[in-house]
Parts: sequence; C-alpha cells; structure tokens
Amino acid sequence: MVRRSRWVPAVIATMLLALPACGGGGAAGDDVDESAHVVYSGRQEQLVQPLVDRFVAETGIEVSVRYGNTAQLAAQLLEEGEGTPADVFFSQDGGALGALAKTDRLATLPQPVLDLVPERYRADDGTWVGTSGRARVIVYDPDQVPEAEVPDSVFALTDPRWRGKVGIAPSNASFEAFVTAMRVLDGDDRTREWLAGMRANDVALFDNNILVLNATEDGLIALGLINHYYWYQQVAEEGEAAVPARLKFLPDGDPGALVNVAGAAVLAESDKAQQAERFVAFLLDEESQRFFSDEDKEYPVVEGVPTAPDLPPLESLQPPDIDLSDLDSLERTLQMIEEAGLT
Amino acid sequence: MSSDLTVAPSTAPPGAPARPAAPRARRHGLPLGLLLPACLAAVVALLPLAYLAVRASERGLGTVLEVLLRERTALLVLRSLGLAAAVTAVCLVLGVSLAGLVVRTRLPGRRVWAVLVALPLAVPSYVAAFAWLSLFPGFGGFLGSTLVLSLCCFPYVYLPVAAALERMDPAHEEVSRSLGLGALRTFLAVTVRQVRPAAAGGGLLVALYVLSDFGAVAILRYDVFTRVIYTSYRSSFDPTPAAILACLLVAITVVIVWGENRSRGRAGYARLGGGAARQRRRVALGAWTAPALAWCVGVVALALGVPFAALAYWLTRGSSAGFDGAELGAAALATLGVSALGALAAVALAVPVGVIAARYRGRVPRLLEQAAYAGHALPGIVVALSLVFLAVRYARPVYQEVPILVLAYAVLFLPAAVAAVRASVAQSPPALEEVARSLGRTPGGVLRSVTVPLAGPGVAAGAALVFLTCMKELPATLLLRPTGMETLATKLWSQTEIGAYAGAAPYAAALILLAALPTFLLGRRWVPEEKEDAT
Repeated sequence: MVRRSRWVPAVIATMLLALPACGGGGAAGDDVDESAHVVYSGRQEQLVQPLVDRFVAETGIEVSVRYGNTAQLAAQLLEEGEGTPADVFFSQDGGALGALAKTDRLATLPQPVLDLVPERYRADDGTWVGTSGRARVIVYDPDQVPEAEVPDSVFALTDPRWRGKVGIAPSNASFEAFVTAMRVLDGDDRTREWLAGMRANDVALFDNNILVLNATEDGLIALGLINHYYWYQQVAEEGEAAVPARLKFLPDGDPGALVNVAGAAVLAESDKAQQAERFVAFLLDEESQRFFSDEDKEYPVVEGVPTAPDLPPLESLQPPDIDLSDLDSLERTLQMIEEAGLT
Repeated sequence: MSSDLTVAPSTAPPGAPARPAAPRARRHGLPLGLLLPACLAAVVALLPLAYLAVRASERGLGTVLEVLLRERTALLVLRSLGLAAAVTAVCLVLGVSLAGLVVRTRLPGRRVWAVLVALPLAVPSYVAAFAWLSLFPGFGGFLGSTLVLSLCCFPYVYLPVAAALERMDPAHEEVSRSLGLGALRTFLAVTVRQVRPAAAGGGLLVALYVLSDFGAVAILRYDVFTRVIYTSYRSSFDPTPAAILACLLVAITVVIVWGENRSRGRAGYARLGGGAARQRRRVALGAWTAPALAWCVGVVALALGVPFAALAYWLTRGSSAGFDGAELGAAALATLGVSALGALAAVALAVPVGVIAARYRGRVPRLLEQAAYAGHALPGIVVALSLVFLAVRYARPVYQEVPILVLAYAVLFLPAAVAAVRASVAQSPPALEEVARSLGRTPGGVLRSVTVPLAGPGVAAGAALVFLTCMKELPATLLLRPTGMETLATKLWSQTEIGAYAGAAPYAAALILLAALPTFLLGRRWVPEEKEDAT
C-alpha cells in the first residue's frame, strides 16, 4: 500500500502541472472569446496572422484562427456538417471551396463583396471569391537548359529530349487544377495522352512543389512544373544568388500557364455571418491585396492594386481563358492521374 | 519489490487453482474489476471503427467491392506490407543487438550509449525524412524509406528489450554457460528467447507504425497504402472510399496482431526465483570491443547525427531564422501539457488490458487485446476525422477542446502502452500474485499491491513512450486541438509547409530536445549503478 500512496499524489501532481500548461498555447480552450468568429485557414499562419491582427485592430471584431492544411480542413468541415464551429474558410485553392459549395456548406456572399473581384476569379454561384492569384510556371535549371530551349508548352514535355528530366508534384492541388484546366481546354483524350506520355517519358514524381523546386536547384531534374511564388519566396528567403533555378511563364494560353486563385467563403451555418462577410471583404481591401503581393509574391485579384515589382505584371501573362468554376470536376482528373500511373 | 509481500495473513480464499509447474496463464476467473475497465478501453479504441463502419457502408456493397478490387489497392497493400516487414526486421536487429550490448556487456561508455540509442525516438519521422532529403538530394524510395523509418523506430524494440534483459533472471544464462555454451551462443539461444515477448511487442509497434505512417514516406517518395487513403479524402472530398480502404487496413492489422500473438508462443517468461532480479555479470567484449563500439557509433551517427546536421544546415541557410521566444515557449508548454494528459489517459486505459493479456488466456482476453490494437495502423487523419464526426454530434461542448485531443492520443497510442504493460507483467512471476491471493488479498488488491508495482518500471516506460509519441503527433493534433492552441509539431509543420526551414529549425530542435528528456530517463533506467563485476 505504501507504493500506491506514492503513486497517487505523483499522478495528481502531474495532472495539476499539465492542465494549466494546456492553456499555455495562447487562446486555448476557455480563453476563446465566445463572440469571436472562427476562421479555418488552409493558408499559413505567417501569411494570415498579420492580416488577422490588422483586422482585429481596425474593426474590434475578435477572430480566432484554426490553421491547417486546406484539404484536411475541407474534409473536417464536411465531417462537421451543420455542427461546424467555423464561420469563414480561407482556402489555398478553389477546388476545396468548390467541393464545399457542392454539398451546400457555403453561404452566398453579398454582391458588393463579389463585385470587388473580376468574374473569372470567383464562383459563378457567388459562394466564394478568389483573394489572390497564382500562375503555373516551368522552373528550369539554366545549367542544363538554356533559356531559349525551355519549351513554350507543357505538351512539349513528352518529347524524348526531356526523358527523365521533368519533375511534377501530381498529388498537389495546384497540379490537379492544372490538369483539370487541360481537360477543359483540350479535352479528356488529349489530356490522357499527355499524362501517359509524361509517364512514358519517366517523369519524376514529388510530394510537393517545394521538393520539385529543390530538385531543380540541385540539378536532379532539368524542368519542373510549379506555382510561381515558390520560387520568389525562396529567393526572398535565401537571396537570388543562392537559387540557381529560373522561371518561365508559358505563352499563348497554354494550360501550363493557368492562373488559379486562393479564396475565401462564409459557412452556411455561420451565426456570425456579418462579421464573417466583413472578414472576407477585408481580405480584398487594398492593404491586404498589397500584402499578398509583397509577402507571398502572389498576384492581387482586385483591380488597381499593383503587382510586386519583381513579378511580371499579371497583364503581361498569357493564361488560358478559363472559368475557374469549370475546374470542379476534380474527381475525374484524379482518376485520370491515377490511371496514368502518376501517383 | 518483494516487500509488497509482507501482507498480514488472513482467511485464505478457497485455494488458488492447481496448476502445472511452469505457471503460465489462467483460463478463467477474469475479475470484473479488470474486465470492466478493459472493456471500456476496448470501446474507446474501437470508436474510430464504428465511424468507419458507418461511412464505409453508406453506399452499399457495390461501392465497397469496387474500391477494394481496384488493381492499385492490391499493389499498394503489398508495398505497405513489404515496407513494414523490412523496417520491422531491421528494427529487431538494431534493437536487440543494441540492448544486448548496453545491458549485458562491458561496452565502454555503456551508460552513455544506453541513453544515446534511445534518443532517436525523439526525432519525428517526418523531420528525419526532411533531414535526409535536404542533405542527400534524390534520397528516397524503398531503401531510403526503410532506412529512415528503421532509424526512427528501432527504440520501440530497444527499450522493451533492454528492460526485459535488465529484469531477467540470470539463472537461465548461468545454467547455459555452466553447460559449456559460449557467451554469444548463450545470448542467441537463451537470452534472445527470453526477451521474445518484449521484442515481439516492440516489433508489432514498429510494423503498425510503418503501416500508418504517411509523412515520411510521402517526403521520401515511396508510394504506400496510406497515401491512397489521404488522396481519397483530398480528391473527392468523399469519405466513403477512404473509409472502405481504412477498414482494409484494420483487417490487415488484426491479422498482424493475431500473428504476433501466436508467435509469442506458450512458454513461461517469468523469473523462476523471487521478486528481486539479481545483478548479473556483464560479458567482457575483448576483441569485440571495437566492432561493438563502431556499431553503436554508426547507428547513433545516422539516427541522430543526420537530423542534427540538417537542422544546423537549415539554421545557417535561410533568412527566416528569427523566431519568437514567447511563441516557442507557449507551444512547448502546450505540447507538454496535452502530451502528459495523453500519456496518463493511454496508460490508465492500458493497464487492465495489458494485465489481462499477460495473465489470462482464452477468447475474451484475446479479443480485448486485439481491440486495443485494431485501430493502431489507421493513419492519424482517419482517427482524427472519426473523432470529429463523433464529437460534433455527441460531444459538442468538448469538440476542439483538450479532452477530445487527449482522447485521440489515447486511441492512437493505446497499443504502445498495452505492449509495455503486458511485457512487464508477463515477466513478473504469477506465483507472487497467487501467494497474495492465498493470503487473502482480493483480486483488485493483488493488482494494486503486487502486479502493478512489480510491473511498475515497465508501465512507467510505457507512459514515457506514449508521452513522447504524443509530442510528435501531427494530423490528429491539427484537427482536434483547441482553436488557437499550437504545439511544437503544428508550428514545425506550418513552417515547413512554406519551405521556411530556417524558421522551422528552432521548433524541430525544441521538439527533439523536449522529447529527449523522457527518452533520457527511459534509456537511463535500464542501466543501474554499476556494481563491481568480478570476472
């Protein structure tokens, strides 16, 4: 019994020590203000928190942010259903927003908010708006491929010249959106052919864009398909001299030049819809748009906001003419990617 | 330990059942005091399965068959099993050999080694994978994944085996030596057999971990079964196919657990003598000293050296290196808090199951143990989503509060705690419990005053193990933590997501250092103060 009496206080002491520590993470548990509206953010804290801080300072509306991965948060929102504590979903890509809209999880945004953004960068049914744009690009290793020889179209990547030299991140949402765009623009047959051609050409598969970029820098591959801002962020982090790879923005409306968006929506069950709508509108004000452009090297979607000086201006890009709401047939795209053996 | 036997004699209950000379397991008389809490543990462990059953059956048998019979499903199941088998084999070799060297030989600096070879447990596998990849571009595939996962997981085998060796009765080996077997042959023929339950329990944890791991294999570009589950959630945003595939993973787990159960065999593993383990002689390595040292150095260099080299490299490379000390401190405190609670919850649930698994045979004990393991190969996100589903509907007030996160940890890591409890209970002689019973203790009293104290070190080791694992856990923490709370793992994740490795390095370092504390204690406890060995 001696032993037992020593155990119990030890356990209780640990519990007592541990409990307050759980609240140590800032606004944990009971500390959350009941009046705060909840944002599920699939976009990173470094990018979102400064915006949230400014929003709170300017409006006095409390915000509580839950950071996570876009796809996981979307899955979580679907499992939560009507019981969700979330008021706003800030998504890394349009696909997740589209999936939530399809299952009626999203509220329709007020017209004045929608009108801030050109039609091509928001949902047709008004359930979400794009907040910043990202361009698909080819990243290349200039030591292996001189600039002039970098292909003008992703369709050239199935050429034997590039056998084993191209890298993609096929499970990445932005790659999938690009394949969907190719299907919309060029049809399923041509897309299937391209995917099979890439496979036959020994394309190297990576888990994400950063790994594709790193592999290009390390000379493991000559060309890679990524989003433009990964390169700009790496340059900002390490300096241009430390990043040997270069970018090419594809011309002539090639599917490989797709400009997609990150976006935001208000949940249908939100009981703080007004604050939530205000937050979405806030993401579209000039300062927020500048912030996306300066900090994340993305493209502003609100007209009149200038692009970061080191980026080629959005107007100079030649993206395919495509309605982002048409990129909602993700399941078929994934099936095709899988059938081509690219997962 | 034998002091627990000084119990005042009282009316003896009608005799303990007569049994064969080698006391093994009881067939009947499962006391309710054990059975009920064990059933509770089983129910908790089976929560995710209930959710999966609901989701998987939503669209009828046709969909189930369509998903299961895809060619790719079979291929990836085979790849997963192959990887699990390879990693488990490597971990058994590493774990048993290092435990033998540290506990049983006069390896120079063995007290230091005892701690160092446990430390890889503190390195999250996704950090190790990133480290290897950033130092060796192009690293990966089957061999790369096997190497990285083995280096992260072998302490799961090393720790229980070291504990078992330390507590083992030296008489077996002394008999073997006196009959003319050499030190090495005695180790292989006698010692290894004795630590089989501990090694098998550790190996099981390794195998199930590998089946459930997603982060490391994704980074190292080896496509396995968990990936299909993730992709399925992500792509269609449809939980049904993912749930069907997860059910298949559960079925595979049950088969593996059953196999391990069989491999444990029927031999008795307890000491023959009294309660206290005698100090044993340590083998002099002689000419083998240098190779033994090289083995230890090599393993530690790969398992610890590489991740730390990568962290240092990240710190010097990027400009995102600056970090907020207060944020780091808050994340560290939150990590410690929820992990401690997770460990307590898991161990509290594991004790009854572990004791039953070690002491009783028959259908009910087997089912209870398998239930505890059933969900262990489920990827964290599946367990997390199941708790999202259940908590939003049935426990809304605690949804995204600490209790649900702690519950998730308990579900995820129950098997680690069960394995620790079972192995340590199996090693303490049932005769002592029978004596206590015969002296009038109730079954519950025996559990409290004999079984648990005797198994105490093992149970504590299990708690430390779960504590560590909770600290590294990512997917369930992301989904279930209170909104606004960040742990070291979630901070680390959010930095690496954007490629800010320099910013990630302090969190990775803090995570490894904090996790190193319990690991340090775990490693140390198997090397008690050196007594003079007269050899």
